[in-house]
Amino acid sequence: MNAFSDTSQSGLSVKNLSVTFSSGGVSHTAVHSLSFSLTPGEVVALVGESGSGKTVTARALLGLSGPHAQITADHLSLNGRSLLANTEQQWRKIRGAEIGFILQDALVALDPLRSIGTEITEALTAHKWGTKTTREDRVLQLLTQAGIPLAKERVHLRADQLSGGLRQRALIASALAMNPPFLIADEPTTALDPSVQVQILELLKQLRAAGHGILIISHDLGFVSRLADRVIVMHHGHMVEEGRTADLLSAPRHSYTRRLLDAEPGRRPPRPSTPARQTALPLLEAHNLSFSVKRQDGTRKHIVQDISLSLFPGRTLALIGESGSGKTSTARMIMGFQKPETGFIDFLGEPWSRSEKAGVPESARRGRRPRLAAIYQDPLSSFDPRWTVQTILDDALSVIHVPKPERMTRIRALLDQVRLPDTLLSKNPLLLSGGQRQRVAIARALAVEPSVILCDEPVSALDVSVQAQILDLLDDLQKRLHLSYLFISHDLNVVRNIADDLIVMQHGRIIESGTAQDVLTHPRHPFTQELVAAAHLIGDATSSLPS
Amino acid sequence: MISFPNSGFVFLKKLMIRVGGACLVLFAAATLTFITLHLAPGDPVTAILGGSANPTPETIREIREEYGLDQPLMVQYALHIWHVLSGHLGASFSQHMPVTDVLWQQAPPTLKLMLSSLVLAWVFAVLSVTLSARKPFFDSAFSSLETFFAGLPQFWIGIILLWLFAYQLGLLPPAGTHGFSSLILPSLSLAIPLGGFLAQVMRESFKTTLDQPFVLTARARGLSDNAVRFRHVLRHALLPGVSLSTWAVGALVGNAVAVEFIFSRQGVGRQLFLAVSMHDMPLVTGIILFISVVYILASFLADILYVIVDPRIQEARA
Amino acid sequence: MSATNSLPLSLKASPRLRLPAGKHIGLALALLYLTLLILAAIAPHLLAHGNPYGIAPREAFTAPGWQHPLGTDQSGRDMWTRLIFGARNSLVIGIGSILLALSVALSLAIPGAFGGAVAEQCVKWIFEILFSFPAVVLALLLTAIFSSGTFPLIVAVGIGAAPGYGRMLFGQFLTIRHAGFIEAARSLGHSPAHILRRHLVPNAFRPLLIAGAMGVGQTIIWASSLSFLGLGAPPPAAEWGTMLAMGRDYIAEAWWITFFPGVAIVLTMLATTTLGRFLKNHFETSSS
Repeated sequence: MNAFSDTSQSGLSVKNLSVTFSSGGVSHTAVHSLSFSLTPGEVVALVGESGSGKTVTARALLGLSGPHAQITADHLSLNGRSLLANTEQQWRKIRGAEIGFILQDALVALDPLRSIGTEITEALTAHKWGTKTTREDRVLQLLTQAGIPLAKERVHLRADQLSGGLRQRALIASALAMNPPFLIADEPTTALDPSVQVQILELLKQLRAAGHGILIISHDLGFVSRLADRVIVMHHGHMVEEGRTADLLSAPRHSYTRRLLDAEPGRRPPRPSTPARQTALPLLEAHNLSFSVKRQDGTRKHIVQDISLSLFPGRTLALIGESGSGKTSTARMIMGFQKPETGFIDFLGEPWSRSEKAGVPESARRGRRPRLAAIYQDPLSSFDPRWTVQTILDDALSVIHVPKPERMTRIRALLDQVRLPDTLLSKNPLLLSGGQRQRVAIARALAVEPSVILCDEPVSALDVSVQAQILDLLDDLQKRLHLSYLFISHDLNVVRNIADDLIVMQHGRIIESGTAQDVLTHPRHPFTQELVAAAHLIGDATSSLPS
Repeated sequence: MISFPNSGFVFLKKLMIRVGGACLVLFAAATLTFITLHLAPGDPVTAILGGSANPTPETIREIREEYGLDQPLMVQYALHIWHVLSGHLGASFSQHMPVTDVLWQQAPPTLKLMLSSLVLAWVFAVLSVTLSARKPFFDSAFSSLETFFAGLPQFWIGIILLWLFAYQLGLLPPAGTHGFSSLILPSLSLAIPLGGFLAQVMRESFKTTLDQPFVLTARARGLSDNAVRFRHVLRHALLPGVSLSTWAVGALVGNAVAVEFIFSRQGVGRQLFLAVSMHDMPLVTGIILFISVVYILASFLADILYVIVDPRIQEARA
Repeated sequence: MSATNSLPLSLKASPRLRLPAGKHIGLALALLYLTLLILAAIAPHLLAHGNPYGIAPREAFTAPGWQHPLGTDQSGRDMWTRLIFGARNSLVIGIGSILLALSVALSLAIPGAFGGAVAEQCVKWIFEILFSFPAVVLALLLTAIFSSGTFPLIVAVGIGAAPGYGRMLFGQFLTIRHAGFIEAARSLGHSPAHILRRHLVPNAFRPLLIAGAMGVGQTIIWASSLSFLGLGAPPPAAEWGTMLAMGRDYIAEAWWITFFPGVAIVLTMLATTTLGRFLKNHFETSSS
């Protein structure tokens, strides 16, 4: 099973690598005695949640750990040459030329003020490669190889002028400029839409086939499982398990690995289907909503068109769409913060929003607002920066006029419901973890006794295992309190086990809708089919295996 | 997914808005001067006559007629605006010269002073930021120095420089308007605080930029630390400085008043001060308008420069 | 070299920021100086004896030494005494100006930021126009209306400084208004009055406090700038700017007459700036 040898002649060889950071008298060991190897033509994945030490490892392999880091290892070598005592100059020769580095999100990983052509050329000039003309040709060649059509026209564009997929390819092209035999990719697809993720996955497969050795850093077991030959699982800086992908996924030995696998959204059982009860009245009904903005040059940009949806008691309606699909605008119209240009929204049987000039005044809505709560992707920005958890919940209770003496009991009960300890009451949410903050946000939403909760990408920013916990919590609360959810997400895997009904949006329109089971098993629109295929591709490896 | 906005039309529309805004500013300037000078105590007639002569009632009446001072206030205001719009800035009460002539004479030295101060300030700022970023010790030392300089009053620096270089060391002239050597001390007086301020802002920006992912990508390509700083980070760090330069021009004009005073240097700043104390309305109006025009131009240039440095379409900026 | 993006989260600045020792010293010194200053303003007799206005021609132009630690001016008055007694004037001018400036600034910034789209646009335009007038120019114009003196100086500097602060506060208030927690409060069902009272005002208070703290030093400088030109309290007032102006004529022979008032002004500026920055730092690290 152990697939590394001490003195491998070709490849990256790491034995007992430790990285410790010291600053101002405090020191912290981020990586403890990590060992692995990487040979050309294979993909090794370093998997773990935030704080696992995977990113630190990646940086250490390029000498980019920063001045506060102390790196020790029995063995850290590239093709037989030890890297431990490298000077900065020696490192510079290796960076880009022998080991390439790809960061996530090309929008910020490439200099936003320079064109992609300049960025890639820089990779060549840094190693004094070629002449001006040969470099130009090479840049075009690299762009085309990375799968960017019309390279000649696009070479002068900046990262922000390209789509997500194209700029990620440009980023990969810049890493490949000197054709380094090894690549380190740090979360290469995390910031991308699922359909684009699949494309990048294919590109990386091609690179493996071409003989590159790739080290993938990721928190996403599902994605990694489709690409990696071997997987190393890290937890708090330690390697807890290592092995061939198929073996590790089918028969994980360490409990942490098992936990990670179970938390994978793709692994979670799909929602048992409940037929839509036509007899019940919808709590929230929206019909023919649309919204557009005027561009600088006077033309109209249609953000959403002809959106209609109905939310029934006790059910979850999931709204799926990639970035730019109009989900955010739809959410804002539903919340009553944006007046629709056409259509109407009724909430609890009464008018909630109208497109006519007079519209519905805020005072008509305010009474019902507690019944429509919301939780967001970044809960921290929804909290007043000066407030503690207790103040946040107390303030929420004041909306529904809970008398002061009762509030403390209720606050405790709320914390209990979201499974948070009382000790957090006096803390500012700044000090809490992402999962804890989201729970506080949920507690606040529950405090006002809602019938509907709008969940806008509530788990996208969380670690996989935490995601699972929050989704479980939401599921549990729904059953106990008979809540309805309008759940907005870009990730089909996440909504798979929480959605009763599903709406798919693209370019501001609804392209498919129906019960979740229908849409997921028999998608009709090509884009939905693409999404479903992407979700399966990425989640399938884990979900199709016996748990 | 490349977007090609209808740039020609948009540009024209933006230009029209700028020009409209500029006119509004000039209009406000003219109104403001009118109001202040009419609220001021003292009879303009005395100002016109130079204050020393004891005028007969006839002379007073003549002068009032000549300068339209006998008309109702609203009429005077309308005339005032009309003169401004048509470019007739009139004649200065105190200098007995057309205002345009005074401006023609006094503007160049001030403009020279402002330009050299701005350039010097930028040089100080860029040098301070780029050179000191090597070690943390230098970083905080220079940062403190910059804060210190940024807070120094211009006129005080002027006096100290005057004392040091002109009187004690005798290296540079203590007064004068023409010639390069007389420009040095006044420019330094203005440049030092401004440079400190610009440096602070850019240092802040520099540090934030260093933490950005694209800097890491650049290092991972094999770029040296210097190359990363100069080729990538610097351009980003300069941006806030460019936006501030518009404000800086305004501040420089204001501070030029004291500096021109100290170094007995010709210039609109000093003239403004003298004109105000003499209640010389045409000249005050003329100078204020001039300052406004300079500010508007500076603002325009700064915006253009900003777009050159950062071509991204600022759609998020409401 | 800042490579904090390579530091693991555990070592990055925690919300309870441990300021490096240097900053603490700076703050302590600043507070010490400001205490001295306030003491000098309230009870100058405690810090200096002697008469700040009494003339003693025989002791004129004495260089700094034992008898007169900061020297004497052209009329024989002790510099130290005059500086201490002048503190009150300068503080009054500084505080008065900043209070006036902030009041004017708020009267524009608040309606602009919280009054609705039309008000916001109007105020934006007003600031565009006002901002084209440098503070000193505005103040200069205003001094034309009044004769010289302390009160006119306060008005002139206050109104001159108002556009700058107004614009800054306007921008910050707008940020607060568009903050996520405001929308969250709205979606919970809070009334606008409640949001104003519990969110907008308390959060707006912070930038105001910082502006006020740092502004005092700024306005003292502007005021002394105008005093220097002869527009403030006329001689023989013990106001720092006036003292500076008087000393200018004797700079070749008696540099201390001009130098020390300048030092006092600069130190005040430094102290208030340090205080302001500390407040800013403190507020920023105890919020997101």
